[in-house]
Amino acid sequence: MENFLLRNIDNPNSADIGEYEKSGGYKNLTRALGMEAAEVLEEVKASGLRGRGGAGFPTFMKWNFAKADPKFPKYLLCNADEGEPGTFKDRPILEKNPHLLIEGMAISGYVLGAEHGYIYLRGEYPAAKDILEAAIKQAYEKNLLGDNILGKGFNFSLAVHQGAGAYICGEETALIESLEGKKGQPRTKPPFPVNVGVWDMPTIVNNVETLSNLPLIMEIGGEAYSKIGSEECPGPKLFCVSGFVEKPGVYELPMGTNLKDIIYKHCGGIKNGGKLKAVIPGGISTPVFPADGIDCAMDFVAVPKAGSMLGSGAVIVMDESVCMVKVTYRALKFFEHESCGKCVPCREGTDWLRKILERIENGFGREGDIELLLDVVKVMIGRTFCPLGDGAAGVVTAMIKHFRNEFEEHISTRKCKLSEAN
Amino acid sequence: MFNDTVINEINEIRAKYPDRKSALLPALYVAQREFGWLSQEAMESVAHALNLPAAFVRGTASFYSMFKHKPVGRNVIQLCTNVSCMILGAEKLVDFLKTKYGVEPNATSEDGRFSLVIMECIGACGTAPAMLVNTDFHENLTEKSLEKILDKYK
Repeated sequence: MENFLLRNIDNPNSADIGEYEKSGGYKNLTRALGMEAAEVLEEVKASGLRGRGGAGFPTFMKWNFAKADPKFPKYLLCNADEGEPGTFKDRPILEKNPHLLIEGMAISGYVLGAEHGYIYLRGEYPAAKDILEAAIKQAYEKNLLGDNILGKGFNFSLAVHQGAGAYICGEETALIESLEGKKGQPRTKPPFPVNVGVWDMPTIVNNVETLSNLPLIMEIGGEAYSKIGSEECPGPKLFCVSGFVEKPGVYELPMGTNLKDIIYKHCGGIKNGGKLKAVIPGGISTPVFPADGIDCAMDFVAVPKAGSMLGSGAVIVMDESVCMVKVTYRALKFFEHESCGKCVPCREGTDWLRKILERIENGFGREGDIELLLDVVKVMIGRTFCPLGDGAAGVVTAMIKHFRNEFEEHISTRKCKLSEAN
Repeated sequence: MFNDTVINEINEIRAKYPDRKSALLPALYVAQREFGWLSQEAMESVAHALNLPAAFVRGTASFYSMFKHKPVGRNVIQLCTNVSCMILGAEKLVDFLKTKYGVEPNATSEDGRFSLVIMECIGACGTAPAMLVNTDFHENLTEKSLEKILDKYK
């Protein structure tokens, strides 16, 4: 399959509007503005596009909810708070192909009747901020943003809002709170952002990659788009692969590509001929697969059936040199740090899990600690305000399920064999 | 308090949003740039410029890890140690920074040259281990390359 999301990224000037237009850029916006918004929405429905931020929610449904709300103005927010550890798939779009996102947002704004858009960009991407702002300026100069775009009577303003290093702001209601200048703590749902979002108005929050698919849907039509990749969640997907593979990086492949093929065919297999031990398929908050569990189509339907989640498509590959207790401990240190503190099961649960894992990893584990971990997990799952706590709990459950012997060995021998060897 | 140029900059930021609270995060970035860190005076200046309660400004500022609540060195090393970086040796780099430059995590070296912040994933996992020095990405780090890179930051 020819690259679309990553088209031109090897061109050093790919972020420039001239280069983007040379390869057909903004023609899709022109095409969309020549149609009724409802017709474009039909194309989105036909495409079967599902959100690329992690949950895989059908984009058409989210948009339909927002459109059905009679309140105006409506706001379109791009979630560029790519913070899930292991994830770096949106960065090439933001840094190398910003006009694809801008065009996608303008098309989306037109469909939704939203005249204002914001890109909520994580603070850790300072280069992307400058690149996006320069690209937005170019788009305004060519009347691809602003008032009466291309003389079609559609207005759309766009600005970048920089986050400041809080993972939780990737959760859509926390993102909205943060955009409003507050602490990034998730809101109670309902009401959902599509009805009561930023500044209490209907708000659509979509991931960078989701919005960047809109020009492709316009280019080839919803029907043709729906034929790419998996039937139930079609389209191209960005997979970002890190860890012990020969060729880590971001790969644009059809949704549903087998995880085994991603690792062995596209990424050249395990680094230095090592032996595969485990793979985290969708970013650190998704449950781990043991080495024999990677024969799995990577989409929003097959991965959950196999016991994990597609998440952000962030594949972390680990070989035999990696201690799974240590990985679990590091993951929980992360969740504890990033828990927003609003709800007790998450705030206390991540703290407890981290403390127990820390003592196991450091050789001070006690008999019964594994049961204690599972006990804490039990009071977290399904009881937290947002998915952060569930994610943390799910990581621990899966690690113990597949690598229980490593936890037991740490406790009985009072040391971490692999850390000592390194 | 801010001079007129900075006040104008903040007013421009404010115009991007329908309410003044929303300009808080960007205004805090401006204050951090101006004062070097978010001192009491820096936060009060923001509160004044945006006409927001000082307590609200402090509350928001304290939530986000990229806002600094104590003075930092001339260069801020933001090194990732999350899983993808950890399994490829990031912890050894933390030790190296300690022995070679005398800088501990979340502290500043005595000569004021470097502050070290341990980061939670900076989106450079495919080129791990990685860090940001000030606003520049440096990736595929080894002790050797780290030393060479840091030579450029005085």
